[in-house]
Amino acid sequence: MSASAHHGHAAGAPAAPYEPVFTGARKTRLEALFEKYPTRQACLLPALWMVQEARGWIPEQGIAEVADVLGLTPAYVKGVVTFYTMYHTHPVGRHFIQVCTTSPCNICGAEDVVKALLRETGCRELGATSADGRFTVAEVECLGACGFATPILIDDDFIENVTPERVPGLLQGYK
Amino acid sequence: MGYPHPSHPGETVVLSKYFGDAAARSFEGWVKRGGYEALKRALAMTPDAIVEEVKNSGLRGRGGAGFPTGLKWSFMPKGDGKPHYLVCNADESEPGTFKDREIMRWTPHGLLEGCAIAAYAIGAERCYIYIRGEFTEPLRVMTGAVEEAYAAGALGPNVFGSGRRIDVVIHRGAGAYICGEETAMMNSIEGKRGNPRIKPPFPAQAGLFGVPTTINNVETLSAVPHIINRGAAWYKGLCLGNPKSTGTKLISVCGHVQRPGNYEVTMGTPMKGLIFEMCGGMRPGRTLKAVIPGGSSVPIMNAEEVDRCLLDYEGVIACGSMLGSAGMIVMDDSTDLVYQIMRLTKFYAHESCAQCTQCREGTAWTSRILERILAGQGKPEDMQLLLDLADNMTGKTICVLSDSCAAPVVSGIQKFRGEFEAYLQGRRSPAMAGV
Repeated sequence: MSASAHHGHAAGAPAAPYEPVFTGARKTRLEALFEKYPTRQACLLPALWMVQEARGWIPEQGIAEVADVLGLTPAYVKGVVTFYTMYHTHPVGRHFIQVCTTSPCNICGAEDVVKALLRETGCRELGATSADGRFTVAEVECLGACGFATPILIDDDFIENVTPERVPGLLQGYK
Repeated sequence: MGYPHPSHPGETVVLSKYFGDAAARSFEGWVKRGGYEALKRALAMTPDAIVEEVKNSGLRGRGGAGFPTGLKWSFMPKGDGKPHYLVCNADESEPGTFKDREIMRWTPHGLLEGCAIAAYAIGAERCYIYIRGEFTEPLRVMTGAVEEAYAAGALGPNVFGSGRRIDVVIHRGAGAYICGEETAMMNSIEGKRGNPRIKPPFPAQAGLFGVPTTINNVETLSAVPHIINRGAAWYKGLCLGNPKSTGTKLISVCGHVQRPGNYEVTMGTPMKGLIFEMCGGMRPGRTLKAVIPGGSSVPIMNAEEVDRCLLDYEGVIACGSMLGSAGMIVMDDSTDLVYQIMRLTKFYAHESCAQCTQCREGTAWTSRILERILAGQGKPEDMQLLLDLADNMTGKTICVLSDSCAAPVVSGIQKFRGEFEAYLQGRRSPAMAGV
């Protein structure tokens, strides 16, 4: 999504200066990782997780910073970021909802759970963020909990056996 | 046990004994249940003796390929002066499979113990456990268990005073099914895109960071402490007639059964008994239509094949499919198989790493043709076209993702031809809007 690269650069509004992610405690955490891998490059996935944890997504400047601290090029880092589905290359809602719709969940009614999630969050479509910025709903492939259809992830909370009826109640805890 | 259900008398509970027992999760709780005795025992053995014991047990890889574990370990070079690595494959993402998740959630120290024994046996000082990014709870539990194990001296520079160093590093994936393929996993740990590598060289020759590496599945490694504690002969004896498939297997059952869950059975247990007795059979008024027994990457079985199938590596092959990871997707007569096959091919199209043409193009076109059929716009030649595509996608790529996409299509057309014809001949109303 190339458009995401320009997010925050709306006409007339100067871009906020980029605040580095790897300072203080986070820098210490990154340096502790260097001991655990024989190359700096191998710290790339964990470093990207740290950027996403700090910023909610992985902006272009975050890619450049990771490239800098690990001795890689921004183009290389971007190539890796875009391979993995869990790294957000554009901002998402305050709460990110992933719902499994692969066959085992599909035959147990996952599509109705998707509909309920879209309806209750106000997200217009899959991948979109609600107008209040509260939720983004994404359809994902197998979450590995097929015996507990339909599983969803809200941020880091893994919730099993979700039915359309349960959806309104589940969302209440996420403001 | 049939977690989340109580254990069924037909099960043989070894790995799943403490599923649901929160007190077994801590280091102290695990030690109280006899944990870490196997690691201590193993450290008093020679690495060769451990490999021999595992070879004799008949243990085979539980991730899907069924390769003999002891033999795999014996491929690791000796005295080569290079570092060696163990990688634990905890990237469980094969649709239908959810057993490794429960192992990590409930018995994290059992897995760590297995990792430590295996690392010692193959001459590795470091083990990476690659956990898929979506597994937030297993990640939390395993991370806590690693910290506890270091604090207790069960991991670190001097494991239980043996003078041996064994480190375990948890590596979190970031959303990519293909990273469950062992060479893609190594690339992912190295900080690369998860593209599978051409073999040879095999991981035991040049694996992670270019040095000898062994990759084992969570369930495989978790079985190792039991083999060390109770002996190869005991494990080998867990077998209902076929000496090539030994031990217990966690079977994840999902879909249209009354009690989906993880059931641990002795190799050779009849599939019919598992589905209709342990899992409570179909919902009222429904009959069994099809089963995909080994995770979504294996051929679909029809009811007649299920009826006579024994659950072990050879038994499932004899009934037209493969045991794979033993993630069993059960479908009753309410299922639109053409639609579900399309849904599976969409999964593979989404997850293709796209480096091989046959896979990149084949998975995408297969799902588009199936969508066209489902929209009532199929052409008479579409079934043959799908089979031709499948032929081009089988055995022609770097890894088997492409083959996995072809498997449900080919078996679906072979065994459920009438369902495709019903759409093609307009006898069934379209299940999808025009595409």
